[in-house]
Amino acid sequence: MSVLHQFRDSTRAQAIIERIRGRSTGDISIMEFCGGHTVAIFRSGIRTVMPEHVRMLSGPGCPVCVTSNGDLDRAVALAKTPGVILTTYGDMLKVPGSRESLMQVRAQGYQVEIVYSTLDALKLAAAHPDREVVFFAIGFETTAPAAAAAVLQAQAKGVRNFSICSVMKLTIPGAKALLAMGEVKVDGVIGPGHVSSIIGSDAWRFLPEEYDIPVAISGFEPLDLLAATDAIMQMHEEKRPALVNSYSRVVRPEGNRKAWGAVERVFSLAEASWRGFGSIPESGLVLREEFSDFNADLRFDVTVEDSTEHPACRCGEVLRGVLTPPECSVFGTACTPESPLGPCMVSSEGSCAAYYHYQRQMA
Amino acid sequence: MKHSQILLAHGSGGSMMHDLIQELFLPAFDNPFLRQANDQALIDNPGGRIAFTTDSYVVQPVIFPGGSIGELAVHGTINDLAVGGARPLGLSVGMILEEGLDMALLEDIVGRMKNASEEAGVPIVTGDTKVVERGSCDKIFINTSGIGIVPGGIDIDGKNARPGDAVLISGSIGDHGVAVMSERRGVQFSTPVVSDTQPLHQLVKSMFSVTHSIHVMRDPTRGGIATTLNEIAGQSRVGIEIDEEALPISPEVTGACDLLGLDPLYLANEGKLIAIVPEAQADGVLEAMRGRPEGAGACRIGRVVEDRPGIVRMRTGIGGTRIVNVLSGEMLPRIC
Ligand code: SF4
Repeated sequence: MSVLHQFRDSTRAQAIIERIRGRSTGDISIMEFCGGHTVAIFRSGIRTVMPEHVRMLSGPGCPVCVTSNGDLDRAVALAKTPGVILTTYGDMLKVPGSRESLMQVRAQGYQVEIVYSTLDALKLAAAHPDREVVFFAIGFETTAPAAAAAVLQAQAKGVRNFSICSVMKLTIPGAKALLAMGEVKVDGVIGPGHVSSIIGSDAWRFLPEEYDIPVAISGFEPLDLLAATDAIMQMHEEKRPALVNSYSRVVRPEGNRKAWGAVERVFSLAEASWRGFGSIPESGLVLREEFSDFNADLRFDVTVEDSTEHPACRCGEVLRGVLTPPECSVFGTACTPESPLGPCMVSSEGSCAAYYHYQRQMA
Repeated sequence: MKHSQILLAHGSGGSMMHDLIQELFLPAFDNPFLRQANDQALIDNPGGRIAFTTDSYVVQPVIFPGGSIGELAVHGTINDLAVGGARPLGLSVGMILEEGLDMALLEDIVGRMKNASEEAGVPIVTGDTKVVERGSCDKIFINTSGIGIVPGGIDIDGKNARPGDAVLISGSIGDHGVAVMSERRGVQFSTPVVSDTQPLHQLVKSMFSVTHSIHVMRDPTRGGIATTLNEIAGQSRVGIEIDEEALPISPEVTGACDLLGLDPLYLANEGKLIAIVPEAQADGVLEAMRGRPEGAGACRIGRVVEDRPGIVRMRTGIGGTRIVNVLSGEMLPRIC
């Protein structure tokens, strides 16, 4: 049996589901903080096998979704700057900004290119020495090492026409902001897999230690997620909140020091604006002064004003776990993946998109 | 051939075009119909309804593990006829060549088409060639059309699925899509995934030898089985339920999909068919399918149900349920 199949084994899944059903936790709300988990949970139908008293909530784990419209509008303005080729991840293109999306900007003849990593953007810069290649860097701790590597490479090679507009964010300040708001009851957290492989599982110790919330770091296979859910329920049942690493085949307690070291060398912490949360101090990554040459915000003079969101869109509440997508009055009607009103319906990791694709008419 | 590259004059109607046809196409595709050398091929009508189909092939890269645009162009059109219950009689081939195309590449592709047509026993009966300026097409585009005859008593239609019917597939899914995507992205796997391109008309013939009451047949090409099943659910106004555990997906395809961020349900297949048959006939049809090499991996993947018409659902490996939606937009890789 292949390694992958082993983690999808249905008899083992059934056994864990039975255990979950047998636990006497009472009503319990478990939140995941990772867009990849949101999708995996929906795809595997985990919500449909949970007993009624277990509520699965999605938090602000989708990097495209938490990008504020103010930041997106800045990317739009950069894309319209003469000589600029704006590069970013594919999911970002369809997100409606205050006035237009990057897709619409591209249709007007401006150059917006989809890349798979910051290094692709750097390659594009080498191929177009007469143009300014700007990378609109969204994402969490997982994408930051590649961004740092690209900047270091650009510096080493003396690339002059490459810069990044960083709106990258850190998950832990985001999680803390959500808990501080106190709008939703969170009894347990499924800790992100890829993010934790970089920052380490120990970074999540604050949950049990400061908030009495059990946390289990999980991988992306259905069995990983079921095991993490069960571990959280057991800790809740026994009233012994702790940190469990159910993804130890990838995640180490200290994370990937080397990768994170590069991030710290290139970036420093700054206030960042999150959709649904507003400004969160020390939650964003901006280029350190010594890398100012690669800072698109300093190289190009763009200012945006009056950023707004669609009045009907409730992505902010969806991202805070206060609202489930079908509770949004335009879900599946005025707002669909083909004509989205907010990023949560566009991004492949957005909650609204996951609901729409996998559970729309299941109720 | 005298020239090592395709020149505009190869499509001009003059002597160079004549040479290309006489020296490359005619010897490769040789058959009595083509030898008629008229503006049209005349084919006897053995009786029955005529099935007619066309498809254009623009795949990039033109050569990929397990096949090329040439095999696709022959098999794809044969399969479009076959899944309608038709016995293919002949194909037309229209080629659009880019100026500067490597002659050796064209010869390779033509040779592959010749082999595909001979192995399938379906002649290429008429053809056309055009050459366009460099940059006006990507190396080579091929259009093939095909005609076939549907014998009496066969009624295959996307509208015919009935609650209680079994959903069968002739073999593993996702192979073609992974073969092309991995080539395109320059990814190499230790066990390379090869395209499943193959003709299905003989498989269909042996299925009909068991029963004529096959309700629906489709080849899940672009958009994969998810798209095909959604089309059928919509046309027949029924629900379709598939079992994740039953889906035949090779470990190589699963691994490649995880790596490339692809979903095998949406990947193209070029040598597989989905059949929807009355439950009572399902085992017999499956046995006939497995008796042919093209259907060796045939299995049952689900059933047609009455509730939630138009929706395809999946019983997941862990016993949950989810929708299998049509694809919206391109498939995008994970970013986090
Ligand atoms: S359904 Fe659409 S409008 Fe409503 S919250 Fe989600 S993305 Fe926004």
